[in-house]
Amino acid sequence: MSIAVADRMRDIPRSGIRDFFEIVQSMNDVVSLGIGEPDFATPWHIREAAIFALERGRTGYTSNLGLPRLRRAISDYIGKHFSLRYDPMSEILVSVGVSEAIDLALRALLNPGDEVIYHEPCYVSYAPSIVLAGGTPRAVETRAVDGFAVRVEEIEKAITPRSKILMLNFPTNPTGGTMQPPELAKIADLCVRHDLIVLTDEIYSEIIYEGEKHTSIATFPGMQERTVFLHGLSKAFAMTGWRVGFACAPKEVIEAMMKIHQYAILCAPIMGQDAAIEALERGAPSVAAMRREYELRRNFITRALNDMGLECAKPRGAFYVFPRISDTGLTSKEFSMRLLHEKRVAVVPGTAFGPCGEGFVRCSFATGLDQIKIAMERMAKFCDVLLRPS
Amino acid sequence: MDHIIHLLQQNALMPRADMARLLDLTEANVDVAIARLEADGIILGYQAIINREKWETEKVTAVIEVKITPERDGGFDRIASRIAKFEEVVSCYLMSGGYDLLIIVEAENLRSAAAFIAQKLSTIDAVQATATHFRLKTYKENGASHQPESAPERLAVSP
Repeated sequence: MSIAVADRMRDIPRSGIRDFFEIVQSMNDVVSLGIGEPDFATPWHIREAAIFALERGRTGYTSNLGLPRLRRAISDYIGKHFSLRYDPMSEILVSVGVSEAIDLALRALLNPGDEVIYHEPCYVSYAPSIVLAGGTPRAVETRAVDGFAVRVEEIEKAITPRSKILMLNFPTNPTGGTMQPPELAKIADLCVRHDLIVLTDEIYSEIIYEGEKHTSIATFPGMQERTVFLHGLSKAFAMTGWRVGFACAPKEVIEAMMKIHQYAILCAPIMGQDAAIEALERGAPSVAAMRREYELRRNFITRALNDMGLECAKPRGAFYVFPRISDTGLTSKEFSMRLLHEKRVAVVPGTAFGPCGEGFVRCSFATGLDQIKIAMERMAKFCDVLLRPS
Repeated sequence: MDHIIHLLQQNALMPRADMARLLDLTEANVDVAIARLEADGIILGYQAIINREKWETEKVTAVIEVKITPERDGGFDRIASRIAKFEEVVSCYLMSGGYDLLIIVEAENLRSAAAFIAQKLSTIDAVQATATHFRLKTYKENGASHQPESAPERLAVSP
């Protein structure tokens, strides 16, 4: 017999990345620029603190909201780096990565048919998470010419009487796009006028280049009370596998999110939470060292891509560059497949991040320089044939 | 300048073209900057980091704490430079704490190390006392671990 899965699952597509992953997995000698996580192992002092906690037998459940000491560390960290104040006892929830926090927030806030506006190209989970939470996704396009920042007038055009949430992710996976404070101010003003809740995924906020400072949308007047601020340890602290994220929001939202979290997950693993305390309290020098390394690689890969005829601006944040490949005459998927089969380099087709990613591919520079060099040499040969005037 | 020094400290053999791309400079800019660092004496030289566990050699390394009597005119400097001039001495530092100079001595074998300490170092007038420690095994040197971690396993493609 075949088991009939729920009807709502039929409309959820498989992640385009997963299909691609399975092909790459079956091949040898592939240099992958398709990996969305740091190539660094978690800094040693953080791993060592986690080992120490395990030795002391800290292996049990924690409070549903997360260890109180971790919530205080989060409150202090967010206060210091984002100038936002949240009460550690009622306004912070520790989740299993930001992915879970996104799901919790959407489920806690949406009624069936409520619309969620988000910008594309974007992280693969946004649209499916909205659908699974009973909402209707409304994508707004971002463009290379704007550095993949979102235009406030595009958001305004997408607003309907059913619009409830605006999702933002800056710096952006997959484009590395960021928003300047004056533009964020306009979005904030729009959200207040239209009474939108903002779900802001700021997971890449420490990875921002040329000495720029990240600004959260939650800091603008009237915003903290309507913002669910999501962040985590995975990217800046190279802690993807520990699965620690957190949500900061008004206490009624945290209370609603906590109800789902306590029944579905109970709590984030204590090992990850103990490691996160060490990371937030003493990890700043490690974050700065990794950011310096990413910035050098960013310079390297951006110049190499432009030299081979794949146009891209230097991303201002995150560890992705999103070059335009349309001059090759190939679609994103064709380009990625042929590059993989002919030159053994994995990049992710832009369309994995939304239809407007057509004509682009995502190259991650969270990979060692030696690997990036090999990938760039192979890609240059591949593009030389495609872009050579006939 | 700091960025170039940092890259050279990581890998002094990195091709200039790679350095230029990493720092978003031209190769000529990089050459000029390095030449200046060398001319200004900020870069004193370039060396290989050797894994002594794998290099079959009798060479020994001694770390020696030295107590000296400072001189009225030159303080520690004159005597320290005098000690540093011996070719056996590969490093020499003025330290705070229970002794004055920390010197690292490399010798062809144990006997020549002992001879240097007994005949050269200890016989200098200003040297009051020495305490010698021999290196047994190296775990990390100049930032290079002798048992580096293998690269963490990662998925081939991830979102």
